[in-house]
Amino acid sequence: MSHGVKVRVWGELALFSRPEMKVERCSYDVMTPSAARGILEAIYWHPGMRWEVDKIYVRKPIRFTSVRRNEVKSKVLASNVLTVMNGGEKPLYISSKDEIVQRAAILLREVEYVIEAHFEMTERAAAGDNPGKFKDIIMRRLRKGECYHMPYFGCREFPANFALFDEDEIDTAYPGEVKDLGYMLYDFDYSNPDDIQPMFFRAKLENGVLDVRDCEVVR
Amino acid sequence: MGEAIKNRYEFVILFDVENGNPNGDPDAGNLPRIDPESGYGIVTDVCLKRKIRNYVETVKEDSEGYKIYIKEDVPLNRSDNTAYEYLKTNEKDIKELKKKDPDVDRKIRDFMCENFYDIRTFGAVMTTFVKAALNCGQVRGPVQLGFARSIDPIISQEVTITRVAITTEKDAENKSTEMGRKNIVPYALYRAEGYISANLARKVTGFSEEDLELLWESIINMFEIDHSAARGKMAVRELIVFKHSKELGDCPAYKLFDAVEVKKNEDVIYPRQYKDYSVAIHEELVPDSVEISRKI
Repeated sequence: MSHGVKVRVWGELALFSRPEMKVERCSYDVMTPSAARGILEAIYWHPGMRWEVDKIYVRKPIRFTSVRRNEVKSKVLASNVLTVMNGGEKPLYISSKDEIVQRAAILLREVEYVIEAHFEMTERAAAGDNPGKFKDIIMRRLRKGECYHMPYFGCREFPANFALFDEDEIDTAYPGEVKDLGYMLYDFDYSNPDDIQPMFFRAKLENGVLDVRDCEVVR
Repeated sequence: MGEAIKNRYEFVILFDVENGNPNGDPDAGNLPRIDPESGYGIVTDVCLKRKIRNYVETVKEDSEGYKIYIKEDVPLNRSDNTAYEYLKTNEKDIKELKKKDPDVDRKIRDFMCENFYDIRTFGAVMTTFVKAALNCGQVRGPVQLGFARSIDPIISQEVTITRVAITTEKDAENKSTEMGRKNIVPYALYRAEGYISANLARKVTGFSEEDLELLWESIINMFEIDHSAARGKMAVRELIVFKHSKELGDCPAYKLFDAVEVKKNEDVIYPRQYKDYSVAIHEELVPDSVEISRKI
């Protein structure tokens, strides 16, 4: 755990989509471990390391709001682009008039978490890489607010402010309470790039802390 | 096209609306968007991005490198089959192609970024050939915008209007006017905050200094070409840009945003004009290495 860090993240809105409700998106009650990993990777990541999330502290009461927006339902088609690249005539755009759908999203509002995480070295680390070096880079970035890109809570329109958390005591919004949050997405298994599999775990918020160390992962 | 940008940026946009509806809420019968708990007005990120796209499309008229992918008002006609036909290929051959040219995914991505301003700026999600293994995935653009929120709670006012032209013959026999409704905000000042990541610009999309200038120009003018009956009078009042000295940035974004203080003047109860607000930039809260510029 010597490679561990605690990062305080907060923001006005958040959307950690439940995979079972992703058309009209609905957020989980708390941040998923994969979203926490995404935030850490936005601050610092290197092929020679891998982030492991240990605990997520929920510091503000869980509250929801909803927003409905006009969204396009189609994506850029690789086949079309290839045609045009090869000199073919093809309309290359999406008409928002025809391709629009209205979708609601249930968002979390006024969120604040402390992410407790550590990193492990991977075999892709270069010869000169060592945990101390990575740790120094991470600490410097957290202290100075440097990041690769602005981290976000689930979707890019919900930016996540971040700062190093260096107090020992971490208070939460739910001291003395146990909340069973049911099955939540843990992360994706990318080990086979052609067949990326979601992994789930039974989330239990104890005293406002989601402990994901050694949790049982179901596929 | 020039080189990718080398500095991280953050920016604050202040824009106001007078007797108009800046962003209707489809959930609430097109009333101006409002945060139901606090009463603050909201304008979504996608609403502002649409205006930026529209401005660029109007100014650049689809010229080389400045095409817009997500357009309003154009017919759409596309299918995978025609692409296959053009290529005189089929699913099997696409796999072959992929084997011959393992870089084809990246080429497609780069082609899109080079040609489309909005993809270079905001990113896009690209799909595969339906069943083949071609995958150019997701492009994250360097420019990231949050929701805009009003400085003070807003009140939306319903305005009932009449018109003398009747839609159907049948109605025309019974009445000579029809009633309609408009929802307006008498006045509101909104604040939006954005981020630009130099890393994503350099490593993925190639968003350049010229693109950045065009972005500032389009933010400043985004409402100038967007007048309509619903909008009323809208204008961008401030565009405050923080330029970090480094790619990764010099300080946390929230510190910069905290340095911009916008508040209603003390003697004003009901703000009805921009003059009722004052904007202060507390430069002492901003590190010396961060360059502040007011673009308007």
